[in-house]
Amino acid sequence: MREKTYDLIVVGGGPAGLAAACAAWEKGLKDILILERDQRLGGILNQCIHNGFGLHYFKEELTGPEYAGRFVKMLSDTGVEVSLDTMVLEITPERRVHCVSSKGGYRVLEAKSIVLSMGCRERTRGAIGIPGTRPAGVFTAGAAQRYVNMEGYMVGRRVVILGSGDIGLIMARRMTLEGAKVLACVEVMPYSGGLNRNIVQCLQDYDIPLYLSHTITQIRGRDRVEGITVAQVDEARRPIPGTEIQFDCDTILLSVGLIPENELTRQAGIEMDGRTNGAVVYENMETSLPGVFACGNVVHVHDLVDFVTGESQRAGAAAAAYVQRGETPPEDPLEVFCGDGVGYTVPQHLRLAGVDKAVDVFFRVRRICKDSVIRVTSGAEQLAAYKRDHMAPGEMEHIVLPKALLEKAVGQITVSIEEVTA
Amino acid sequence: MKELICIVCPRGCHLLVDEEHGYAVSGNSCQRGEEYGKAELTRPTRVVTSTVCVAGAAYPRCPVKTNAPIPKGEMFRVMDEIAKVRLKAPVHIGQVLIQDICGTKADLVATCDLPALG
Repeated sequence: MREKTYDLIVVGGGPAGLAAACAAWEKGLKDILILERDQRLGGILNQCIHNGFGLHYFKEELTGPEYAGRFVKMLSDTGVEVSLDTMVLEITPERRVHCVSSKGGYRVLEAKSIVLSMGCRERTRGAIGIPGTRPAGVFTAGAAQRYVNMEGYMVGRRVVILGSGDIGLIMARRMTLEGAKVLACVEVMPYSGGLNRNIVQCLQDYDIPLYLSHTITQIRGRDRVEGITVAQVDEARRPIPGTEIQFDCDTILLSVGLIPENELTRQAGIEMDGRTNGAVVYENMETSLPGVFACGNVVHVHDLVDFVTGESQRAGAAAAAYVQRGETPPEDPLEVFCGDGVGYTVPQHLRLAGVDKAVDVFFRVRRICKDSVIRVTSGAEQLAAYKRDHMAPGEMEHIVLPKALLEKAVGQITVSIEEVTA
Repeated sequence: MKELICIVCPRGCHLLVDEEHGYAVSGNSCQRGEEYGKAELTRPTRVVTSTVCVAGAAYPRCPVKTNAPIPKGEMFRVMDEIAKVRLKAPVHIGQVLIQDICGTKADLVATCDLPALG
């Protein structure tokens, strides 16, 4: 059976997909379809019941479900179609989307443009190789969050959190409020991977100790976790003998990183960036496959949903422009290189024709930087410099590059960090 | 002088609060940071978010929050009250579940729309 060709198919109905679909609708696309594998829209926001969302975008503090609710409401005022409980299996370079659901069976849908907004998933115990037995009671923090907040199961009573990413910190507070004892948060790096405010309001508020430069070296227990050994690590992250601490716990929550979920992207032959584990994108969030855009955590893992929304609105608007006006004329793009101290940038390529007045460049620093300057150079010429008092790998940075500056660049620009020593 | 990290927004400004001089705040980038710095040392407050039991919806839990910050010392008493709530779908976002919870002047409200099943 041949179905109609959609103007836009959005893969994933979380915050990124919702914002992209709404933006494309506003720009005049009519046949838009969101494919979502869960039973409802909103993605991970539905289990993020804490507040702190929306300060940038809505200028007020919302919980995750409230933030999602605003966009679901906006979407319901459009003619965007939604297909829930639907799993996308494959996307082809010809923009055919293979998907399956118990209601609709196996379908092959055609689209003039596609937005990839599949989000990310958690790294698991297997990815970090913790020695010890393999009992029940070891969860990723996000899985535990879903059990507690959506399904109503308490996952444990005496908890140690490994990793100080935001989800781990949020779960330390959540488990404490629900009556569990959180014994410690253990972080292998010498700094936290989470936002400062979460260290304060999730750990310090409840006197939960944070062990920096420590890791779990042993998990004990046959059927259920019975205890763990934690040890300090040296600069090369090797455990230091003699520093072991024993914890009696029944549960370990892992908050050890997120991986953009890009099986569909790779399968479609889209160029990937090994630093972000996401697609390489242009200034308008277009991937190496014309007409296919990507936004949100599937491109690079964000700290704040507000920035996911902004990025996804750009992707949605760009998808609309692609359908209405055709491909961006080919030109040699400016490459964005990572200089000293910069881990990655998004976008990785800039086409000046696609830049209106300015372009937002997002990146993460590789180390904690006090009193620093972010320099943007092209060859020997400095194009721009931005001062920062404080930057950390756990906090995404963002600069705005005016088009006039970019016009002076030749072939590439480099973003680098220079610490100012007073 | 007391050093604090502001939790009002994700920026996390490093604040200095002078307890001996009227809780004067420095290091903040906005007015709300000043208010936070003062309040944190005089009467600290937090918004509490949690979930309550709900019957007849697609999921067994409904997310809730206090619609205003409550005194930090009241958080566990508020959690005990939250644990007693039993809801029936449909639930509407913003619906007041407990007025003036534990005498804090804040209401406990639902933060999600949960339609009734079937």
